[in-house]
Amino acid sequence: MSTVSWITLRGLFGRRRFLLLLPLPAILVLLAVLSRSLGVEPGEWGPPVLVGLGLAVVLPVVALIVGTGVLGAEIDDGTVVHILTKPLPRWQIVLPKLAVAAGVTAVTVAVPLCVAGVLADSVRLGLALAAASAVGALAYSALFLALSLLTRRPVLLGLVYVLIWEGLLGSVVSGTRVLSIQQYVIALADRIAPTGLLQGDVSVPVAAVMSALISVGFTVLAIDRLRSFSVAGETS
Amino acid sequence: MTTISADQATGTPTAAASTLDLAGVSRWYGNVVAVNDVSMSLGPGVTGLLGPNGAGKTTLLHMMAGFLAPSRGGVTLDGRPTWRNPEVYRRLGLVSEREAVHTFLTAYEFVLASAKLHGLPDPAAAARRAIALVEMEGAQDRRIGTYSKGMRQRARVAAALVHEPQVLLLDEPFNGMDPRQRLHMMELLHRLGDAGRTILFSSHILEEVEQVSGTVQVMVAGRLAASGDFRTIRRLMTNRPHVFTVHSTDDRALAVALMAEASVTGVELDRAGLTVRAGDYGAFTRVLPKIALREGIRVRQLVPQDESLESVFSYLVEA
Repeated sequence: MSTVSWITLRGLFGRRRFLLLLPLPAILVLLAVLSRSLGVEPGEWGPPVLVGLGLAVVLPVVALIVGTGVLGAEIDDGTVVHILTKPLPRWQIVLPKLAVAAGVTAVTVAVPLCVAGVLADSVRLGLALAAASAVGALAYSALFLALSLLTRRPVLLGLVYVLIWEGLLGSVVSGTRVLSIQQYVIALADRIAPTGLLQGDVSVPVAAVMSALISVGFTVLAIDRLRSFSVAGETS
Repeated sequence: MTTISADQATGTPTAAASTLDLAGVSRWYGNVVAVNDVSMSLGPGVTGLLGPNGAGKTTLLHMMAGFLAPSRGGVTLDGRPTWRNPEVYRRLGLVSEREAVHTFLTAYEFVLASAKLHGLPDPAAAARRAIALVEMEGAQDRRIGTYSKGMRQRARVAAALVHEPQVLLLDEPFNGMDPRQRLHMMELLHRLGDAGRTILFSSHILEEVEQVSGTVQVMVAGRLAASGDFRTIRRLMTNRPHVFTVHSTDDRALAVALMAEASVTGVELDRAGLTVRAGDYGAFTRVLPKIALREGIRVRQLVPQDESLESVFSYLVEA
């Protein structure tokens, strides 16, 4: 493991905000287990739990906490200077951090989603949700990592994207769904395991291409921003 | 590039001295000019960057360290720009003012991580050497979160020194240190400077600079106000006129007696008390109690009026 990812992991799990990651996946599994054991029809509890909670809330929020944490937290407390005063090309800093963010998010989200998917329909749906949310974890992480270099309020801006753009506008204005990672994840999961539970609004090619574009585009942007990283001056 | 790797391979980083050059460097934030047309060239030895708070020292240091783009002018280390050029960190170390450390690591882990990030051939040995240099062996396996401020600072210095950089920049390194830690840090900087490294540290405290460095760069309000030998600058500072406010049992009688003193250049009497201008700080403060005793006047209060660094420095700018 590279030194950058080692420090990033230590930093991530050494901070208390890591504990924020635990309740949401737990609630997801709990609701799925509860619905299943009470004998509720999967058609009734599937969409609200899998999509409404799992893909619309748990995945982006966990990605937001982790994605803004791997670099944003270090920028906030100034420790980023230690990594930046090294003769490392900046991609050697961004890529390990992105890998940690996407990996931690994917594990945290894919496992409960997989369990919920299995309980709702089949092992196939469980695996489909896990795989699609891993793709989503990468795209979200790239976005939020770049946000932490573009603004001093990455968490706020990330929340605006998740809640307003994907949540509110996505359900009202259908055109915004083309630019919604959540919709890509739904489309991909539905493609891998077609069930009546997931309702994809974008086509699979669009979802795949856009996920890749977002992941690569924001990563390149983050690397470029980190090259010109400025320490905030006294007067600013 | 080739020269850099050659130096590192021979393991004698002190062999080739480095020069940090600033040419007409300015930096502004909107309408606020933080650094105004500063040019200087820093070579081996210890240099103090002296100036009151808000003079632009940190902004200047950040530009030197490649963490801020100059709005105008350029900063180069051995001819290469420091901005957007991570390669300079092979020859440059920075200890920033913000007490930012990974508190969850031990000092050894922290310094070792630095060594690894530098890609040093034997990171463990380099880390041990750097920790020994700041004399932190005894505490190296404790988490940095448990350290005092001075110990954290030393851990940060060790991390910045692990690759034996030619140039070390320190922003207010003595802040928050107790006298013993301060002395220790001063010795360390001396040693590094004597070994041929280029050391620049900033401070807003005159005495700190006096004890560490022979050459100073004085910054006031974003400009380079003076540079050169410390003693010359210090003389300019101590020989400036001093203003005191004096309260006594009989201000008028004291004013009359003081006017006869050579060290006193002016006396002003008003309802607020007595304002005395003295040409020689030491002579005046020695003679005042004697006069008071002789005249049977009790001095209730003696307040130096212009001891703020700003006034000291602004005098220097005018001089």
